[in-house]
Amino acid sequence: MSLRKSHELHQRRFSRNLGVGLTLAAFIVIIFGLTVVKVSGTDFGMANQEVQN
Amino acid sequence: MSDASINASNVSAHLRADEASFGDYFALLKPRVMSLVVFTALVGLLAAPVPVHPFVGFCAILFIAIGGGASGALNMWWDADIDRVMKRTKGRSIPSGKVDEGEALAIGLTLSGLSVIMLGLATNWFAGAFLAFTIFFYVVIYTMWLKRSTPQNIVIGGAAGAFPPVIGWVAATGSMTLEPWLMFALTFMWTPPHFWALALFMRSDYDDAGVPMLTVTHGRRATRKHILVYTVLLALLAIGTAFSGIGGPIYLTVAVVMNVLFLRGAWQISRRTEVDAEADNFKVERSFFKLSLLYLFLHFGAILAEALLKPYGLGGWS
Repeated sequence: MSLRKSHELHQRRFSRNLGVGLTLAAFIVIIFGLTVVKVSGTDFGMANQEVQN
Repeated sequence: MSDASINASNVSAHLRADEASFGDYFALLKPRVMSLVVFTALVGLLAAPVPVHPFVGFCAILFIAIGGGASGALNMWWDADIDRVMKRTKGRSIPSGKVDEGEALAIGLTLSGLSVIMLGLATNWFAGAFLAFTIFFYVVIYTMWLKRSTPQNIVIGGAAGAFPPVIGWVAATGSMTLEPWLMFALTFMWTPPHFWALALFMRSDYDDAGVPMLTVTHGRRATRKHILVYTVLLALLAIGTAFSGIGGPIYLTVAVVMNVLFLRGAWQISRRTEVDAEADNFKVERSFFKLSLLYLFLHFGAILAEALLKPYGLGGWS
């Protein structure tokens, strides 16, 4: 039996799927934000300068 | 209708009734305990004398909270058998049949690894290692080993709950001094009277589950005395902390007022008999338990206030 888009399983598990989706999206935002902060921070800048020298 | 379709519809109905929502999985992380972890770790982070980028600080607290939540999930996985027996824990995700034990184990392990790695990357590996040790301590030392084998379970297990401010401090500074350990000691010494008061008025729960709480192994009279002794030691520590680097006049005022009230409550508990307690449905024990929540919140709140006022020349003794 093929699982159609309108299957009641989708409705039943909507909150779970939405929660997982939002959690993963939030994780991506956090990784991106951390990357921006680290790259623009002094530690990374100094390390980068050392590599260039 | 064939047998197979009847069975299928039964299974479907069963799934509908017991289907776990996202909230049931989230509940594995013990959100209420997590709120204490978040608050004390935040105080540790902000009381540290090294400024942290706000986003890094936010991530540090988030990953410490996730680490705490992961250890909660592992605790629920291991304790599923006794959670089914205790009234207080019967409704949890695993005993209620909404989440499988294996799922809780998988979530706990995954989030443990994720939180440690992410905290290490976001701040420093000393903080990451400390978080890993905290999870290990809570899950292996407390949950798997001591909880069911010694009446001192609460005392030693309290250490796990006391680590977050130290992790917060280390996340900010990358090093260790006396001050974060004073915050550790505050939570560590606060835990026994807090939980023993709970054990006094939730007695049948621990008895039924066979958890060797002090009330079961040494009796309720001894538990009442233990509460008083720990409260006296806690008061000395809490007031002494006022004269350290994280203390100040605000903290001292809060500490004096709260410890006088807490000592009064502990003294009343120690003087009461079981007949007195039964007569008023453990009124004093219940109010002592509620006061203990406020006690910890206000002490850490005062440490936070001192830290936040320092840049304006108001916090601390200088």
